Amino acid sequence: MAKTLHETPSVTKGRDVTATQTKTPESPKELREMSSGRGAAGDRIFSGAALAAGVLILVALVAVAVFLVVQALPAFVAPQSQIANGQGFWPYIFPLVVGTVIAAAIALLIATPISIGVALFISHYAPRRLAQILGYVIDLLAAIPSVIFGAWGISFLAPALVPGYTWLSNALGWIPIFAGPPSATGKTLLTASIVLAVMVIPIITSVCREIFLQTPKLHEEAALALGATRWEMIRMTVLPFARPGIISAVMLGLGRALGETMAVALVLSSGPLIASLIRSGNQTIAAEIALNFPEASGLSLNTLIAAGLVLFLFTLAVNILARWVISRHKEFSGAN
Amino acid sequence: MSKRIDVKDLNVYYGNFLAVEGVSINIAPRSVTAFIGPSGCGKSTFLRTLNRMHEVIPNARVEGEVLLDGDNLYAPGVDPVAVRSHVGMVFQRPNPFPTMSIRDNVLAGVKLNGGRLSRSEAQEIVESSLLGANLWNEVKDRLDKPGSGLSGGQQQRLCIARAIAVKPDVILMDEPCSALDPISTLAVEDLINELKEQYTVVIVTHNMQQAARVSDKTAFFNIAGTGKPGKLIEYAETATIFNNPKEKATEDYVSGRFG
Amino acid sequence: MTAIATSGRRSALTRNRLPRYAPWASLAVGLIVGAALSTLVGFSLFGWGLFAAIVYTLVYVSWSGAVEGGRKARDKLATSLVIGAFIIVVLPLFSVIWTVLEGGIKGFLTPGFLNTSMNGVSGIQDNMSVNTGGRVLGGIYHAIIGTLLITLWATVISVPIGLLTSIYLVEYGEGRRLARAITLFVDVMTGIPSIVAGLFAAALFATIFGPGTETGFVASIALTVLMIPVVVRSSEEMLRIVPNELREAAYALGVRKWRTILMVVIPTAISGIASGITLAIARVIGETAPILLTAGFATKINFNVFSDWMASLPTYIYFQILNPASPSNPGPSIQRAWGAALVLIIFVMVLNLVARLVARIFAPKTGR
Repeated sequence: MAKTLHETPSVTKGRDVTATQTKTPESPKELREMSSGRGAAGDRIFSGAALAAGVLILVALVAVAVFLVVQALPAFVAPQSQIANGQGFWPYIFPLVVGTVIAAAIALLIATPISIGVALFISHYAPRRLAQILGYVIDLLAAIPSVIFGAWGISFLAPALVPGYTWLSNALGWIPIFAGPPSATGKTLLTASIVLAVMVIPIITSVCREIFLQTPKLHEEAALALGATRWEMIRMTVLPFARPGIISAVMLGLGRALGETMAVALVLSSGPLIASLIRSGNQTIAAEIALNFPEASGLSLNTLIAAGLVLFLFTLAVNILARWVISRHKEFSGAN
Repeated sequence: MSKRIDVKDLNVYYGNFLAVEGVSINIAPRSVTAFIGPSGCGKSTFLRTLNRMHEVIPNARVEGEVLLDGDNLYAPGVDPVAVRSHVGMVFQRPNPFPTMSIRDNVLAGVKLNGGRLSRSEAQEIVESSLLGANLWNEVKDRLDKPGSGLSGGQQQRLCIARAIAVKPDVILMDEPCSALDPISTLAVEDLINELKEQYTVVIVTHNMQQAARVSDKTAFFNIAGTGKPGKLIEYAETATIFNNPKEKATEDYVSGRFG
Repeated sequence: MTAIATSGRRSALTRNRLPRYAPWASLAVGLIVGAALSTLVGFSLFGWGLFAAIVYTLVYVSWSGAVEGGRKARDKLATSLVIGAFIIVVLPLFSVIWTVLEGGIKGFLTPGFLNTSMNGVSGIQDNMSVNTGGRVLGGIYHAIIGTLLITLWATVISVPIGLLTSIYLVEYGEGRRLARAITLFVDVMTGIPSIVAGLFAAALFATIFGPGTETGFVASIALTVLMIPVVVRSSEEMLRIVPNELREAAYALGVRKWRTILMVVIPTAISGIASGITLAIARVIGETAPILLTAGFATKINFNVFSDWMASLPTYIYFQILNPASPSNPGPSIQRAWGAALVLIIFVMVLNLVARLVARIFAPKTGR
């Protein structure tokens, strides 16, 4: 035994002089090298390939940024009188940004409470069997392509909402966002927002449900043992535990709503920026690009790409904001 | 404050499975009662029926009566939420709410029941509960730090403080020291001895020395085999159980011959 | 003594509770009052349901508040709201599925729908089929081919890159700055709006091959940008849950790292990886916007992703709805759109089910 131990270093040296001479032979790495000398090249190739793939992703993202900037640049440097029928780029993009933000904000305003409610229903209210089925269903719904939501919005939801809009403009028409006359087709920003909400609800719900289910049983039982009702238990343990997760789920939904193209392009009958949500008008960046891209060329193409760049930076900012919010809540997060 | 517990012919079911069968036991106020027995004998299950915590598990139900100073916990019209504010519980692993500070952890139960508290009232409750849990001196300078930053033993005493802050009649403890180191265990055991001056304490433990050290009376639970219900075998003064048990099974268990 | 106590006075533990029939009584009140209120503003089933739900909640919660106190009432309010949220969600989502089924079955069952293209089908044919009541011509064969080819190429490119990247992150990158940078970049990529990915691919190929380069492959590149982060994320997660003991056991047998990864780590995680990849495919197969910007608008069958325009199911749906072949008689176009939507949903559902089955069937065998 002592002899073999003594001999091993020399074997290693003989076979692979350059590698790890100074290390003690007992280290597992060295033993590994000893037992199969061939294959060292395999190790190098494999780790190289893995590294290359990783670097490729960095390159790809940089390429996304570079090509977008390069192709967008003409829209910023060209005489502004040639951009967007003489409007100039910023006056052109501003209403689109506002429309995008309004549509996404309304969608989240609707979707967030409902999603949290549904996630709670699945995780803490529904009987277990039903909850399992519902979990599957929600995941499947999250996978439905957006163009189908858009098609549903234009053919079913928009006409169905017309009476509601008429009523809103009669009853609450003095509020600018409900000012009449309402659209006769229902193809308005509010309809688009509702479609967006329906789209993002499964996404937010599915993330929230998973996090709610991870709440430690110990903490839930502690709350119940103190004499908490189910709702008090949820407020004391589930919601605080899940708060960072809820925020990132909502941000995920926000990213999806901001960048969503098809639902808006199909549902909204676009127009200039107006305050009323129940008249046709307004437009979002993504839908604007989709509708105009097929016919665009030259400078108008550059303008659309510049609009895409703005959208990209916007979603990026949302992402970073979400991270910052989550990192601020670390200390009391229950992760430890 | 302290109340007596009388259990009459209690059966506990999970669905159709009979987990604990025919338990009758009388627990005196201001005493410490220990439940001992091998794993899976139903002692924890039985303990959880004393504040209706077993109902957290779907399909769990009981037959029989649990009387708290003569009031049946299972009488129609009794609200499990109300029961739990009379019968507090401390769990196997310390479980302070991680999102709350030490102060808020102590006040968690009080806030549920009492509604609004003035600042001085709250401070008084926090101080007296933490004093009662022998934790005040260790944490008085960091009441606003998260409870999860404390050591395991301190966390467990924080949970005890949280339980006594609502001024319960009974405190149930489900193997409160099994996740703690020996020194923290000792601190919690000392605390249990002090708690019995004010509360009825029922403790489940795997550690027979611990049962011998802290309890006035001891109940031995056993199970005939897997799939069979757990039963209460013998219930007597702790000294009797450990030195002079009536049942053969108890003697085997306490002398370490099985289990 | 205890017996006398129990019978003689009211238990200290009993608090006032609502009778068992309370929810049903409240519901009945809600339905009746709701019907009355909705008739006042013009009766509709939706309005009835809405008012009934509101009245029910008000009655039930305030009844509980009066009898049982505020805490119980709040608990009941929360329960009502949670269940209400669930009902609110179920309605539109089932409406979506119902609309697709209802609209899609007819188009789907039309002979030739699945195996003909839109080549030569224009407003003339559509007008004729509306006027004569003949069957709707035109199908989605070219779109199915396009969707499958574009998605296939996207998968072929993204899976090796994504998988190798996740291997780098888990097995080699541990704590290195590059690994952290990659993780950050993958996160950023996850947030790229799909239309921006399309713009990128279009800009890339326009810069290299000149403007107007629109082929199936450009669309594949756009989808790759969307697919890689999903593959990396899910594979990384799966590789991380492979226990370290397994790796160490292999090392202790003198197995090299790359062989350990190939022979031990990946086989252990393969079910999760495969199901993650399937879900990633399911996600990009329905993407519309990137394909709209990159693959042009084709009506013909095209098997070559490297030249000429290519159709896909999502863009097919989009164009059929937005630009019907015959603007005066959009019916046939709408019918085709719903038929395509049904096929697309079937694709997505099948992929999702496959992912679940893969995860379950190929999961590492446990002891039994």
